[in-house]
Amino acid sequence: MYNQDKYEAIIGLEVHSQLLTESKAFCTCSTKFGDTPNTNTCPVCLGHPGALPTLNEKLVEYAIKMGLATNCHIRQSSIFARKNYFYEDLPKGYQISQYDQPICYDGFIEIELDEFSTKKIGITRIHMEEDTGKSIHDIDIDTLLDFNRCGIPLIEIVSEPDIRSADEAYKYLEQLRQILLYLGISTANMEEGALRCDANISVRLRGEKNFGTKTEVKNLNSFRNVQKAIEYEIQRQIEEIESGNIIHQETRLWDAAKHQTRVMRTKEMAHDYRYFPEPDLVEVFVEDKFQNEILNTLPELPLQKKKRFIKDYSINNYDATILVNDYDLANFYENTIKCFSQPDKNKNKLVSNWIQTEVLRILSEQNISINELNLSANNLSELIELLASDKISSRIAKDIFPEIISTGKNPNAIIKEKNLVQVSDDALIESIVKKIIDENPDNVQKYKNGKNNLFGFFVGQVMKETQGKANPKIINKFLEKYLS
Amino acid sequence: MDYTTFRKQVLDKENSVVEQTKEFIKSIEDKTHLNSFITTNFEKALEKASESDKRFLEGEPRKLEGMIIAIKDNISTKGLRTTCGSKILENYVPIYDATVVERLNKAGAIIIGKTNMDEFAMGSSNETSYFGAVHHPLNSDYVPGGSSGGSAVSVAADMAFTALGSDTGGSIRQPAAFCGNIGFKPTYGRISRYGLVAFASSLDQIGTFANSIEDTAALYEVIAGVDAKDSTSANIPVEDTMLNIDNLNPKELKVAILSDVELKNCSDEVLSVYYSILRKIEQQGISIEEVSFDNFDAFIPTYYIVATAEASSNLARFDGIRYGYRAELQNGDDVIVKTRSEGFGAEVKRRIMLGTYVLSSGYYDAYYGKALKARRLIYDNYKKIFNQFDFLFLPTTPTPPFKIGEKLNDPVSMYLSDLFTSSANLGSVPAISIPLGASSQGFSVGMQIQSNHYEENKLLNFSKYMLSL
Repeated sequence: MYNQDKYEAIIGLEVHSQLLTESKAFCTCSTKFGDTPNTNTCPVCLGHPGALPTLNEKLVEYAIKMGLATNCHIRQSSIFARKNYFYEDLPKGYQISQYDQPICYDGFIEIELDEFSTKKIGITRIHMEEDTGKSIHDIDIDTLLDFNRCGIPLIEIVSEPDIRSADEAYKYLEQLRQILLYLGISTANMEEGALRCDANISVRLRGEKNFGTKTEVKNLNSFRNVQKAIEYEIQRQIEEIESGNIIHQETRLWDAAKHQTRVMRTKEMAHDYRYFPEPDLVEVFVEDKFQNEILNTLPELPLQKKKRFIKDYSINNYDATILVNDYDLANFYENTIKCFSQPDKNKNKLVSNWIQTEVLRILSEQNISINELNLSANNLSELIELLASDKISSRIAKDIFPEIISTGKNPNAIIKEKNLVQVSDDALIESIVKKIIDENPDNVQKYKNGKNNLFGFFVGQVMKETQGKANPKIINKFLEKYLS
Repeated sequence: MDYTTFRKQVLDKENSVVEQTKEFIKSIEDKTHLNSFITTNFEKALEKASESDKRFLEGEPRKLEGMIIAIKDNISTKGLRTTCGSKILENYVPIYDATVVERLNKAGAIIIGKTNMDEFAMGSSNETSYFGAVHHPLNSDYVPGGSSGGSAVSVAADMAFTALGSDTGGSIRQPAAFCGNIGFKPTYGRISRYGLVAFASSLDQIGTFANSIEDTAALYEVIAGVDAKDSTSANIPVEDTMLNIDNLNPKELKVAILSDVELKNCSDEVLSVYYSILRKIEQQGISIEEVSFDNFDAFIPTYYIVATAEASSNLARFDGIRYGYRAELQNGDDVIVKTRSEGFGAEVKRRIMLGTYVLSSGYYDAYYGKALKARRLIYDNYKKIFNQFDFLFLPTTPTPPFKIGEKLNDPVSMYLSDLFTSSANLGSVPAISIPLGASSQGFSVGMQIQSNHYEENKLLNFSKYMLSL
C-alpha cells in the first residue's frame, strides 16, 4: 500500500442522519419508511404553488439533543436558508437548510483508538434540513420519483478535518451512529439511507503544515464502503502526487462494484447554491428552559457507559463493547445486575456471558430486539443466582431457559415444580459413583488403561441416575477419587 | 353600488343575491374586451348565490353573505384553475384552497372568477400576462395598472363587489389608483400567505379592492388574522374596525408628507391633485410636516434586488415535473430547461436572471447583502416617522394611467411606477390608495396613506374621513 510514513491523510466527514420524528420537517405528512410511493405527500412537501412550510418542533429538539450529546454550543437564535439547485427529486427547486447560522456548532466526540487511548474529533457544526425525494433510474422505463422521503427531517453533522485514517473514520462514524441510537432520534441505518456519509479527503507530506487539495467522495452507503473508499482515495492521491501530478478539487463517486472512485463533478461544474435566508420561516429561538429540559433527559452516552461498566462491573473491554453496542441491551444488563441482593464479579460475568450467548442467539434467531423478548431482568437474575449458587447445573439452566421466556414464570418456580434442584449431597453422590463403578468393571479397566475419554461416560451414568440433577463438580470429585 | 349597501337591500328584501350575481355575470360577458378574467366560476357562483338567498331568508346571513368577489389568479382555489397569468400554469388546477379562500367561503362570500394579472405578478401594467393585456375600463388604449389589473378592473367595471389582489411592491395600490377604487395592503403578516403563489415571500401581501371603506373593512376583518399554516403571519388580534369618523379629532392628527425633492418624478396632474388635497387637510386643522426619507433613491433598486432574488428561488418549483406545463422533449432535451424556457414569459425570465445574479457567489454581498441592509434602514425610517406622526400621506403613483405598450420595452421606466408604493412593502407597513381626484383625461388619481404596523383600524378610519372631505 501507500507510504504511510511519508504521507498523512486529512479527513473530514459530512454525515446526514434522518430523524425519527413522526411527521416531516415542514408539514404533517408521515415519515414512515417503505410506504407505497407518493402516498405520504401533501401540497407543502410536493412544492405546490402557494404552499408554505411550518417548522416541526421535534426537528429542533432532536438537533439540540445531538448537539448537546456531542458537546456543541447551541445557537440561541438560528435561521433557515434556502439552498437552490435544480433536480427532479427536489420539488421546490431549493432545499430548506441552514447556512451561516447552524443551530449547533463547535463540539467534539471521543473515539476509542484502542483499549487504552481515545481521540477527540471536532464537530464543526450540526444543522437542520429536509431530505429530498428519491429518484429511481431505470434503463427500460423512465426515471421514477418517490416523494415520500421528501421533507423528512435531517441533521447534517460536519466534522473538523481531525480524522487521519480510514479506520478512524470508521470509528468516528460508528460512535456517531451509537450516539444517535442512544438518543433515540434516528434508526441510523445506513442500508436504508437513514445515515449517509460523504468524506472530504486530502493528503500531505508528514510535517507539512498546510492542507493538500481535497476531494469530496460521495455514495458511501455502508460502513465498509466508507472505509474502503477512504483507503482507496488516500492511495490514489498519494500515487498521483508520487507520479508528479496534482490533485484536482472535485467531487468523486465511490463505485463499490469496481472498488474505485471516479470524477462526478469538477470544481468548474460545482453548484452555486445561492443560499439566502428562508423568508417563509421565522427565526428559531431556543429558550434556556427548553435547552435545559433536553439536557436533563440526555442519556448516558455509549463511551461513558462502557467505561463505567468496566469499572463498576469488572467486565472486560470486549464484553463491555458488545453490551454497550445496543442501548437497550446495556440497560437490560444493568437492570439484571441491579436485581442481585449481593452483587459480585462472578455473577456480573455470568450475566454478561449468558446475554452474549443464549440471549443474543435467540434475538438473532427471532430477529427481535431485547425489548421484544419476554424476559425480565428479574427472571434472568434469578436464573444466574441459581447457577452461581450451584442450585442448578448449567445444563438445567439452558433447558429451562425457553420455558422462562415462553411462560414468563420465574426460574425458582420452574425448578421447584419440576423438582430440578441440583443435588449437592456428597454422601448421596459418592454412593451413586461407587455403584456406577461397581456396575462397569470393564470400562473402569479400559479407563485405567488410558482411555481417558471414558470419564464422560461415567459422568453421564451418574447424571442419568440423578435425572441430571447431580452437581457435576461433586461428581467429578468422586470419580477422580475412585478411578485413580 | 358597494356590498354594504347591497346587503341592506337584501335584508330589506329589495334585492337578491341571485339577481345581483346574474347582473355581474352579464357585465362580465358584456365587457370581455377588457380581458379582466382568466377563468370564470359562474355556475358555482349561481349555486352559492341561491344558498345565500336562503340564508338571508332564514335570517342567518354570515358576515360576507352574498359578497360577490373576484380573486386574483395567483391565489389558490381548490378545483378552480389558478394560472398566475402564465403559460407554465395554464392548466393547473389546485388541490387545496388558500387560507383566505377558506375564510371567504366560510363567511359566505361568492367567488365569481379568477382575474387576469401580470405573469406571476411581475409587472405594473398588466401587459405581461400570457392571457393578454387587461384594458382600462374608461379607455381601452390605456393600462389599468398591475399586477392586479384584472381585480382592479372587475371592481371598477361592475363585475364584482370586491376583489382580492396581492401587493408585492404596489400591485394592489397602483391599479386601484389607476381604476379609481380603494386598494388596501395591510401590514405584512396580517393576512395569511398560505395559498398565495409566491413572487417575493418577504414582500408579498394579500389585500383588497373595494368601492367603499365599509366593504374594505368587512372583507379585511374576515381574511386577516393569524394562520398556523403561515409562520410569518402575525399573532396579533384583529379587532373590529368600528368605522366611526365622528370621534375623529382632526386637530389631534399629525400627518407626514414627503419633500418636494422626493416628488420630482411626479407628473403635474398628480401633483395638482396632491397639493389640492394637502390644502384640504390643512383646512381641517390637521398638522402637516415634511419629513426626510433617507435614501429615497435607493427604494426602487432595493426593492428590485430583494424581490427578484426571492422570485428566482420561488419560481424554481415550476419545472414541469409534478404539475403544470411540460415541454415536449426530443432526444437530449432537459425537461427542466426546456419547460422553463417555453413556459415563462420575457419579463419573468428577466427577473429570474436578475435574481439569480444578485444571489450568486461573489455578488451576494454587493447586491443582496446590501439590499437587506438598505431594507433595514427603510424599516427604521418608518419607525422613526410613525413615532412622531399618525400617517404618511403621498401620491400612489407618479403619473396617471399610461398607454398600453408605452413602457413595455422600457423596464426601468416601468419599474418607476412603484416609486411611492414599494417602500411600504420593504418596511412592512400598511398602506391604502384611495381615489381623491381626476386627471384632465378623466382618469382617477389615487392618493396613498400609510400608517404604523398593525394600525389598520386607524388607517381605515382616516381613509373614510379623507373620502368624506
